[in-house]
Amino acid sequence: MDGPALILLDALLILVLLGLASATLESRDPRRGVVLFIAFGLVLALVWARLAAPDLALAEAAIGAGLSGALLLAALRDEPRPEPGPGPEPATPARRRRPNLTQRALGLLCLGLGLVVAWAFVDALAVAEPERLDGQVLARIGESGVSNPVTAVLLNFRAYDTLLELAVLLAALLGILALGPERGGYAPAGPVLAGLAGWLIPGLILTGGYLLWVGAHAPGGAFQAGAVLAAAAVIRRLAGERSAGLPQGLALRALSLAGVAVFLGVGLALLVAGQPFLGFPPPWAGTLILVIESAATLTIGATLALAFVGGRPPAWDSPQQRRALNPARARNQP
Amino acid sequence: MTDLIARALIGAGILFYLAGSIGLLRLPDIYCRLHALTKADNLGLGLLVAGLVLLTDDLAVALKLVLIWLLVLAASAAGAHLIAGQARRGEDP
Repeated sequence: MDGPALILLDALLILVLLGLASATLESRDPRRGVVLFIAFGLVLALVWARLAAPDLALAEAAIGAGLSGALLLAALRDEPRPEPGPGPEPATPARRRRPNLTQRALGLLCLGLGLVVAWAFVDALAVAEPERLDGQVLARIGESGVSNPVTAVLLNFRAYDTLLELAVLLAALLGILALGPERGGYAPAGPVLAGLAGWLIPGLILTGGYLLWVGAHAPGGAFQAGAVLAAAAVIRRLAGERSAGLPQGLALRALSLAGVAVFLGVGLALLVAGQPFLGFPPPWAGTLILVIESAATLTIGATLALAFVGGRPPAWDSPQQRRALNPARARNQP
Repeated sequence: MTDLIARALIGAGILFYLAGSIGLLRLPDIYCRLHALTKADNLGLGLLVAGLVLLTDDLAVALKLVLIWLLVLAASAAGAHLIAGQARRGEDP
């Protein structure tokens, strides 16, 4: 089916992925490890795209590589630098010890387990019945209110799972808020970064809205859209705005709860109307899914942004404060 | 004819990528490497996008390709500026 060029590309992707994974794990310098991890996430996104799973590719690129990478880098910022040298450290010859008996035994065990899993996988592919899950989903997608099978499964057929995922996110968010006020921001951006942020943030918000809307019939949806909104918040914090654009107090609470609350509210309203819990009547399903996804997008964006801020966000800087903090701009405005 | 021009543009773009990659690996310090990387990659991607725009019949796809190029231009220019500024601050504290 695939030409030799595509097979070559796939083989190359697999090799690069494995190489990056092992380089990430072997790296002695945590900074280098994090950068390699981000590269690993981007190649993994390409692999998902080659596997015809663009939803996963989007999520991996935005959350796996982008936000996780930003989180890891932010965590490293608090780590004391080993030595501020101008160049890379002189390469120390890695001490390679010969693996001892336990390690060899473990290696053999892993190899055996890998073979068993591979065999089971091939076996499962061979006996795949006609009644596979994708067939069941596609057979009834007309009733789901959307035409993208991924969104149909996430928000309609398995809506319980997604509701509970949002509840898990809420628990994580409560944990972050319990850490108290956030610690220190970043230096105010110079004119170049501030200008870039001014360009990028409106575009990211627009992209988030587009991904939310397009999720009904093409790859996209609340998680991808929320991750893009969170990326805008990360850029804002990196450019010196300590709050990352997050509100405080009641507004923050409303934003954190919106996803679960709207999801539960729709489910309970359907119960009152005589439907099963989260059993959308087909004519309404599309609208209800869009309402739930809109709220979920905001909550996911706020949760991920809060994870990067790492505590209760402070009040927004007033323009006067920002000018006082930013020597570059103060110089331009005598 | 269009096909031929598109191929030539894409080929030229790939050459710029090659030059940029070699520069990244071979040049002595961070400023030279940044120079090689940003100049070559921006021009390389520009030529690549120009070739791909010629190959597509869809205006929306063409505009998206140009948008990608503009975003990469802005991001790589700002990124190079930030990296160079950080490196300079690291040199004379």
